[in-house]
Amino acid sequence: MQYFVQQLINGLTLGSIYGLIAIGYTMVYGIIGMINFAHGDIFMVGAFTALIVFLILGALFYSVPVVVALLIMMIVGMLLTSLYNWTIEKVAYRPLRGSFRLAPLITAIGMSIALSNFVQVTQGPRNKPIPPLVSQVYTIDGISVSLKQIIIVLVTAVLLAIFWYLVNRTALGRAQRACEQDRKMAALLGVDVDRTISITFIMGAALAAVAGTLFLMYYGVVVFSDGFVPGVKAFTAAVLGGIGSLPGAVLGGLLIGFIESMWSAYFSIDYKDVAAFSILAIVLIFLPSGILGRPEVEKV
Amino acid sequence: MAVTVSPERDVVATPVQRAFREALYAGAIALGLFVLFIGLRTDQNISNELILVRRWGLLALVVVLTAVGRFLYVAYAQPFAASLKVADVATGLLPESMATRFFRLPYFIAAIVIAFALLVLAGSLDGLLGPDLAGYARFLRALAIIYAVASVMFYFRSFIHAHFSALGVSALALYPVIVVLTLALYTGSVAGGFQGSLKWVDNFGIQILIYVMLAWGLNIVIGLAGLLDLGYVAFYAVGAYAYALLGTHFGLSFWILLPAAGCMAAFWGVMLGFPVLRLRGDYLAIVTLAFGEIIRLVLINWREVTNGSARISGIPKVSFFGLMSFNVSDPNYIAKVLNIATSSAYYKIFLYYLILGLCLLTAFVTIRLRRLPVGRAWEALREDEIACRSLGINTTTTKLTAFATGAMFGGFAGSFFAARQGFVSPESFVFLESAIVLAIVVLGGMGSLAGIAVAALVMIGGTEALRELDFLKRVFGPDFTPELYRMLLFGMAMVIVMLWKPRGFVGSREPTAFLKERKTVSGSFTKEGHG
Amino acid sequence: MNAQASADDLILQVEHLSMKFGGLVAIGDLSFQARRGEITALIGPNGAGKTTVFNCITGFYKPTEGMITLNKRDGSTYLLERLPNHEIPARANVARTFQNIRLFSGMTLLENLLVAQHNKLMKASGYTFLGLFGFPSYRQASAESIDLARHWLEKADLVDRADDPAGDLPYGAQRRLEIARAMCTGPELLCLDEPAAGLNPRESAALNELLMDIKNSTSILLIEHDMSVVMQISDHVVVLEYGRKISDGNPQSVRTDPRVIAAYLGVDDEEVETVLTEVGDEDVIEQLDTGPDAAHGPGNSASMMAGPVSDTVEHADEGERVTVSKGASKAAQVDARSASVAGKPAPVAKKAAKVSTAKAAPKKTAAKAAAAKADSASKGKQAAAKPAAGKRGGRK
Ligand SMILES: Nc1ncnc2c1ncn2[C@@H]1O[C@H](COP(=O)(O)OP(=O)(O)OP(=O)(O)O)[C@@H](O)[C@H]1O
Ligand SMILES: [Mg+2]
Repeated sequence: MQYFVQQLINGLTLGSIYGLIAIGYTMVYGIIGMINFAHGDIFMVGAFTALIVFLILGALFYSVPVVVALLIMMIVGMLLTSLYNWTIEKVAYRPLRGSFRLAPLITAIGMSIALSNFVQVTQGPRNKPIPPLVSQVYTIDGISVSLKQIIIVLVTAVLLAIFWYLVNRTALGRAQRACEQDRKMAALLGVDVDRTISITFIMGAALAAVAGTLFLMYYGVVVFSDGFVPGVKAFTAAVLGGIGSLPGAVLGGLLIGFIESMWSAYFSIDYKDVAAFSILAIVLIFLPSGILGRPEVEKV
Repeated sequence: MAVTVSPERDVVATPVQRAFREALYAGAIALGLFVLFIGLRTDQNISNELILVRRWGLLALVVVLTAVGRFLYVAYAQPFAASLKVADVATGLLPESMATRFFRLPYFIAAIVIAFALLVLAGSLDGLLGPDLAGYARFLRALAIIYAVASVMFYFRSFIHAHFSALGVSALALYPVIVVLTLALYTGSVAGGFQGSLKWVDNFGIQILIYVMLAWGLNIVIGLAGLLDLGYVAFYAVGAYAYALLGTHFGLSFWILLPAAGCMAAFWGVMLGFPVLRLRGDYLAIVTLAFGEIIRLVLINWREVTNGSARISGIPKVSFFGLMSFNVSDPNYIAKVLNIATSSAYYKIFLYYLILGLCLLTAFVTIRLRRLPVGRAWEALREDEIACRSLGINTTTTKLTAFATGAMFGGFAGSFFAARQGFVSPESFVFLESAIVLAIVVLGGMGSLAGIAVAALVMIGGTEALRELDFLKRVFGPDFTPELYRMLLFGMAMVIVMLWKPRGFVGSREPTAFLKERKTVSGSFTKEGHG
Repeated sequence: MNAQASADDLILQVEHLSMKFGGLVAIGDLSFQARRGEITALIGPNGAGKTTVFNCITGFYKPTEGMITLNKRDGSTYLLERLPNHEIPARANVARTFQNIRLFSGMTLLENLLVAQHNKLMKASGYTFLGLFGFPSYRQASAESIDLARHWLEKADLVDRADDPAGDLPYGAQRRLEIARAMCTGPELLCLDEPAAGLNPRESAALNELLMDIKNSTSILLIEHDMSVVMQISDHVVVLEYGRKISDGNPQSVRTDPRVIAAYLGVDDEEVETVLTEVGDEDVIEQLDTGPDAAHGPGNSASMMAGPVSDTVEHADEGERVTVSKGASKAAQVDARSASVAGKPAPVAKKAAKVSTAKAAPKKTAAKAAAAKADSASKGKQAAAKPAAGKRGGRK
């Protein structure tokens, strides 16, 4: 039982990170109907930004309180990563909007390849380890919870709350939902569609950057190719939850996190990804539009 | 943050003013993007701690280059491109196109002269110019040759266009012969010709043809049936491992295993097809991607069978239909049978023709299938699945046959790949490969065999050619490895080509039957499928 | 209707068909028959469930209840609700067209017609294997299929454009091509969903001719809003309103049926209210106040923020919609009225007179007016037709 709860906590931590990334996929998908394949690499850029900021802080100041350091890492990460995603949208996706559906998918894959290789070229291909930022571990009833995990879950919860507010209670969120339903009509009614889409990309990137910072803090290491696996997992999470649905993305992220940690704990760590992907396939066989996705009505 | 400016201001601003403003924005954005990534570099010091190395100079250079590039683009390139579309009022003619300005007879003659002179001097270049300049000279020579060939192609473009397939196939068939002959002339010996041809035949010829074959196989699934498959590399892996395992354990010959690997891949194609039948669009994309990853992860982790990341090696070579072998130790080694000098190039040239044959088989089958009811049903499925059902087409089997056929060609390519490499390891079957093949299909123009072949040539040939730019080391210092930039440039090329031609090189579609005359169907009518 | 009609005279029998989408009853207990060699028209206001009937017949929807029997010429019988979607055209030989045209727009006209002959050609090509090796039997079949395609292209007056992409055709020609394509499957029953929608009068006349020609070999089930078409060419008319059959018979009897007139022209609101109050049907009055016809809302867009949107738009799949058929039905009101006339003679003396005029007066004009109204509705295609539906469905 203790073991199980322990795994639950690990899964929750992992799932929070996936969920944060998955929101970026799902939002972009919702608003322009494309898979932003570069989103995983945006997450990696976020983690790298956090890493570099951490090193700068270390170089500039003798010591910085961990909370402040994390905060600065997150904020700078959010800013710069948003800039990346904004630029990518503008350069590689906007000109292709409304054209052939596969064209933006290909540019997104191209951007993903370019981004990870850009980081490889500029920052080198090696693993980048950092000393542990927070190392406290609390043990209650034989279940150990590290402070890192608490931070991750808390930050995720706070961000999701803010995010939920933004999407559901502000004019911006309304514009987003309008664009999502009918972009042309929204434009006719005076919604600035380009701006709304840009902001969507910025929001997605900001969440990915936070996920990147948390990832760096949790694992203490990052490498240029780190965008792919978490990216694919998060994408899987978004689809599992029902792509286009925000609660679905979070739910999917948590599910993937749980599946992974449970599978590694009870079966084999080698096959945890196989398990996650297989469950995705199985769920989609029965629910072709994910768990919370709206079934596509085939009107004839 | 918006770069776009209000229309009123645009009217007043001259292109140069506008360009200046845009250049400033671009520079600022580039600064933001690159300040941490180019300006600083994380490195490990002796005690394995991360430290930051400052590279402000490089950062400044990149930012300025971005700004200048943007300036030139907005101030000159854009107006120029616009002017190309405006006909002259007086004559009613369009201005000279870029191409006619670029390919001119004097330039052509100059290029020939340069190429010829440098070819004649080839042996003594190092002595004459020193190693540094000789590197440049060789590069210049390559450029001159490319320019000359391109000019000839441009001059005969309508002829080439009309006879593209015939010319393409003959060029491919003659390619190794030409390479060997040219190099034999160049080095002055037949053996030298064969030896030197290795790189050209293997790295360029075979490599590109493998991708052509994969892309043509995937084209059946995506281009014809409109099913977005992001896990195509799985079938490639199945084919490769089928040959590797059966070949090493049971010593079966390639010629038996090739069809077997194809069937096995086709079987897996159907296995993938079943669960995804009801899925559409992005759901399909992620499940196929997951399928590709599952196969790869199983290959890595099922160590007892696949040897994990430690690869399976010692895969038998292909024999010349059982008549001659390419193992030096065998009694029927080709050089012994034919009484010629020993060289490893024979095998490569044989493999080249083998993959060429497989490619042609793929093309033949694809062209035939398109004219058969299945092929038409695939395309109809891409256009409108509901209408297909209303016409009595069993969309389930139609989709499954598309997956199976595409997978089968992937399997063929896979077993060829294993035979060529002599080993297989899971690293060859990462998602990136699927992405590259997919990119080739889309960049070439979905459904168009010729377009796809050209795309493979440009994308794979182009990135392979980067390996040849060793002289750049002299410019940027010995640490500079052009190969590192290969995938970076590949990714950017994908973006640029797509922006330039969203429907790929060949956007139109050849109808499969006609009553009076065959007219190509413009890309704006064809759909891309939902599934 | 003609209960004595022998079974082999009937090509299609629909019995007690119902189709529910969540809480919405799109078709309720519908029974009708179509005779061989006739054109049976299915008419009714927007949203009456006509297309849904077609979807049930052609297997796109599985009906909630009911039986659909198809009798082929060779005596075989198929229960269509049990056949998988694609087998209905393939085995039961029922072909259809779609209300919003579904062509293979990137394929040429000829290719469109060849795709329609898929099953035949598939057999001829030995399920691809013989065809792949170029066996002559396939070549023969392929030539025949092109001849058949040419035949239908000529009938549809499209042969000059045979090698153009279908997406390039003007609207009217696309409609004809869709019919030609359906005919290439060799159907015994052809279901046409609003073939005349959006056609100009000349095209419409040409279409009539084409249909009359087809009728010689194939029975037709026709949905049409254009009453001139319906009255001219159909042999039998079935009228639906809110998923129920309100009239059934030959064109003459249907055009004069007061329930049909009411369904198409509407009775004015006050009259309805008074009648309903008189009848005391609180329930019905309440139901008149249900929300807008959600079918015409932004129903099926894949929604990103599933939660927040769904409280503004009702979705058919959530099963919370109430059927509007009972109270909103004009035909039902006519019934209710005549019932009330019969039941309470004294206060309604005046009203009775009114009703009788309503019944008698329109005799000459109503058909014309109905035709005119339906005509204008179908001209403006769906967009123009929707407000009418909206008014009817969502009276506030
Ligand atoms: N797949 C579906 N899911 C939910 N509701 C549906 C579906 N298909 C049809 N409906 C509903 O069933 C009712 C009947 O629709 P149908 O399309 O059959 O009408 P129609 O008679 O063809 O109208 P029109 O003249 O406008 O074509 C409508 O209220 C429609 O919204
Ligand atoms: Mg309809």
